[in-house]
Amino acid sequence: MGLVLLVVIWLITLLGSYFIIAKTWWLPVGASAAAAGIDHHFTVSYILMGGVFILAQLALGWFAWKYRDRGAGAAEPAHYSHGNTTLEVVWTALTIVLFVGLNLASHSIWAAERIDPPQPGAVPVEVTGMQFAWYFRYPGPDGKFGATRPELEDASLGGAGALGLDSNDPASKDDVITGVMEVPVNREIEVILRSHDVIHSFFVPAMRFKQDAVPGLAIHMHFTPIQTGEFELACAELCGLGHYKMHGIVKVVSQEEFDKWLAEREAEKQ
Amino acid sequence: MASFGTTATLDEPLVSRGDKGGAPPSFGGGDGGRSGPSLPDYQTRLRRARLGLLVALTPVLMLFVSFTSAYVVRQGLPTLDSRTNQLVRDWIPTKLPALLWVNTLVLLVSSVGMELARRQTKLAAVAATAKPGVGGSANVEGKTPWLGMTIALGLLFLYGQWMAWKQLAASGFYVSTTPSSSFVYLLTGAHAIHLMGGVIALLVAGLFALLHRSVATRSIVVDVAGWYWHFMAALWVYILLLLEFAK
Amino acid sequence: MTETHAHAAPQGFIRKYVFSLDHKVIGLQYYFLALAAVFTGMFLSLLMRIHLVWPNASIPFFGDIKPEQYLSLLTMHGTIMVFFVLTTAPQGGFGNYFLPIQIGAPDMAFPVLNMLSFWTTFLGFIVLIAAFFVTGGAPLHGWTGYAPLSALQSAGPGEGLGADLWITSIAIFCIGALMGALNFITTTLDMRAKGMSLMRMPLTVWAWFVTAILGLLAFGVLLSAGILLLMDRHLGTSFFVPVTTVNGVLTGHKGGSPLLWQHLFWFFGHPEVYIAILPAMGLCSQLLSVFSRKPIFGYKAMVYAILAIGFLGFMVWGHHMFMSGMNPTVAFSFSVLTMGIGVPSAIKTFNWLGTLWRGKIRFSSPMLFAVGFVSLFVVGGISGPFLAQPVLDIYLHETFFVIAHFHLIMGVASIFGIFAATYYWFPKMFGRMMNETLAKTHFFLTFIGAYCIFMPMHFTGMGGLLRRYSQYTEVQWMHSMAGVNKFITFAAFVTIASQFIFLFNLFWSMFKGEKAADNPWEATTLEWITATPPPHDNFGGITPVVYNGPYEYSVPGAPKDFVMQTDAAVGAKKH
Repeated sequence: MGLVLLVVIWLITLLGSYFIIAKTWWLPVGASAAAAGIDHHFTVSYILMGGVFILAQLALGWFAWKYRDRGAGAAEPAHYSHGNTTLEVVWTALTIVLFVGLNLASHSIWAAERIDPPQPGAVPVEVTGMQFAWYFRYPGPDGKFGATRPELEDASLGGAGALGLDSNDPASKDDVITGVMEVPVNREIEVILRSHDVIHSFFVPAMRFKQDAVPGLAIHMHFTPIQTGEFELACAELCGLGHYKMHGIVKVVSQEEFDKWLAEREAEKQ
Repeated sequence: MASFGTTATLDEPLVSRGDKGGAPPSFGGGDGGRSGPSLPDYQTRLRRARLGLLVALTPVLMLFVSFTSAYVVRQGLPTLDSRTNQLVRDWIPTKLPALLWVNTLVLLVSSVGMELARRQTKLAAVAATAKPGVGGSANVEGKTPWLGMTIALGLLFLYGQWMAWKQLAASGFYVSTTPSSSFVYLLTGAHAIHLMGGVIALLVAGLFALLHRSVATRSIVVDVAGWYWHFMAALWVYILLLLEFAK
Repeated sequence: MTETHAHAAPQGFIRKYVFSLDHKVIGLQYYFLALAAVFTGMFLSLLMRIHLVWPNASIPFFGDIKPEQYLSLLTMHGTIMVFFVLTTAPQGGFGNYFLPIQIGAPDMAFPVLNMLSFWTTFLGFIVLIAAFFVTGGAPLHGWTGYAPLSALQSAGPGEGLGADLWITSIAIFCIGALMGALNFITTTLDMRAKGMSLMRMPLTVWAWFVTAILGLLAFGVLLSAGILLLMDRHLGTSFFVPVTTVNGVLTGHKGGSPLLWQHLFWFFGHPEVYIAILPAMGLCSQLLSVFSRKPIFGYKAMVYAILAIGFLGFMVWGHHMFMSGMNPTVAFSFSVLTMGIGVPSAIKTFNWLGTLWRGKIRFSSPMLFAVGFVSLFVVGGISGPFLAQPVLDIYLHETFFVIAHFHLIMGVASIFGIFAATYYWFPKMFGRMMNETLAKTHFFLTFIGAYCIFMPMHFTGMGGLLRRYSQYTEVQWMHSMAGVNKFITFAAFVTIASQFIFLFNLFWSMFKGEKAADNPWEATTLEWITATPPPHDNFGGITPVVYNGPYEYSVPGAPKDFVMQTDAAVGAKKH
């Protein structure tokens, strides 16, 4: 029975580890400036924690077999010991160093992504989630987002209606509202997250970006796309029956294309 | 394989029998084991009941700690005004009816009465335990009906709180009028419900007296209810100060 | 509640089995409630797994599963499992039965309260299940019930009466749990037999005791959150809801904070997960010691670890909220503390390995589940430090990686604790042995099956598969994981089917199992000195006196390889 346990535990451990090492199902290719650091930290965590995992499981299986009761004939009784204080202190200290150290090592990435404000000159995009679609708003040449009023919301009138854009506010005149988030490559994008009804979450795996959109708040975050292309986004906070189909696209294009696209959108409004 | 034969002892017959204090329904009801008049002694029962009360007061405290933290957070919370895209604070303090201060006085006086009732019943219980032949009737106690007075004052307090609510409503402050008014109703209401529980416990103790139940049991109920009552009085003072000064 | 002389055991079916004041009967009542709940919860999860792989499949008697129904299934699955299984069986079930006996007491401190706590919990379960049958059905907001989704009746089907019943059920559960905690704490502090010092208590008792303290401090906060939510829903207050519109209609709220709900909920929710796992950890320590014939390695460290886990458990709730919009510096502080709480868990794991080391291991079924517990706890625990680091949580939050983590710890390891407890204490509770062949079959099928279900979820999580999605047909990047999902569903079928082996074994052995001796496992703690099953007052009129610690196995010079706690004769090491 000890041997069976050893085999089962070791097989599970090795099989599980294989799929991680082989990255059979893994993060998508990183397309933002943050991805390299985050992915590196994933690797470090997997190596360190994975090492602990493998050692612990292998030891468990090994002990289960090695210290099995071999029957009445076996001479040696179990080893009577209540423990070893020195060993306790040593492995406690090592664990603290490993766990806390690993986390502290990630602080600079966390600060850069979430604590530090966006750089001046970042491209502002307001991202609004509502049951069950995403709307993206650009402030236009005046650089200001126009006022929105909940009383004016009417999704049947398209983007501006969905957001409840107040046309009496002069700053609204040049706001561009789209269903696809188009952004220029290699520029920091300042995302302002909002919601009208319940909590949603803006998740773009390729950008290693996730942030909840909370009604009553306007949450500022940022990321810097470094690759052009189309990248899927999906809602990552349960928001009701349409949660599973609240997805969209982030389209990263060159600066010229972005300017051209934005100008075209402005022109359409006239 | 039972192997305790030589080492188990009979020196403490059937201690720790479980509390036999009657009401409040939350405590007691020891369902014993073997035959023999073997309730644990009065001191053990009293200690156990008091420990139980101390433990029970912890979640009550946590409930109000939680409400307090919600209150503090909500007070300071800015919310997005989508008109201006600015964060604004929208806390408007509620003016408390002066009646609440009168009610507070009533409750504090009732606490004094409660303490006197508690000591009165305790003395009677100790006397009865020392002289086991004496019946557990109210005759052993002093004449002043402190317990009855406490119950009356407690009910007066609750009535006063109800009147204060009506005054608030009359001046236009309902539970949903402002965030501040929501908390006023919430905190006073939650306190009142808990105090009602205390009143019920005292009523049960009074009932026990009328039914000539054991004075020891009754004194445990009154003791526990007494400490509970004092806690409720202190909690009320805290709530009032919070609502009045941390506006 | 009368106070005539202490009377003998109650007669009559109602007093004996329905409104019993005997902690042993109440413990069994809790256990069977949890058993009904776990099969209900498992069935719901099976429906979920079927729907994920075949979204258009029609279930016999149920019909199609619409997206909102899927969400109701997952909400109720989580709520039933967390509250009515994991907070009920280990604590209310086995804790009620064995805590008094293991400390040498004849009952809990407040038997009437104990009886009321069970029936309150039972009522809570009925109210919860009722949500399925009302207009709109069960709520769809997840067991975490985030506002405003849970606060706005118009936000989705099931968010009407169904959500009210859900909240009410949880509030009732809180009351029942608090009553239970009161009893556990008072009993442990005030009713230990002579010689049963705190440091001679079995680790099961320590675990139940600290779990009760966690419950005492946490459930009041959950109750407060539920009250505020009901007020937002029905009294027009705005604790949790800011200005919102649903389907273009203003809801009338303003100024509330959705994050306030999350803080209150998780302040309860995090200690709750330790409530779910601590009793199993205590039992694992117990079983590894008994079946290795060795003292637990580092008893004192194990006690401190339980206390540390309990204490730190109240300081880490923010790690559920890294992406919520909370202050990122505060978030990082929570994450450091969270890594900290991994330390006592690691210590316990090292000590479990240390207990096996140089032992003389007997592989009875309780031991298999204890070893399985260690393996599952390691894998579930190791994924914790990934989620605890906010930079990694940016990607992993809300993915199946999280599902893998908490299911392996709560949904499998903790359940293994319940299985282990059943196999271990069944002989004492019912006077018969369970069938070992069936037990071993059940173990291997469940152990391998559970790994087949939850190990792949780490992979799909790394691939970005999001949770609480009723189907994966819309999002492109999720299509590649359909094959894994199928594999998981098949594994779920097999694993759930295997549980019927256990169910059969349980009931069959009650009537037909081989008769059990008083101490079939040759263990040292006090429950093994009682008659089998124990009489009404546990020790037959005798008060035990304790001389030894609970783990005196293979003591050099002792006549047998175990020394009962009540055995004064053998010169055991003093604690």
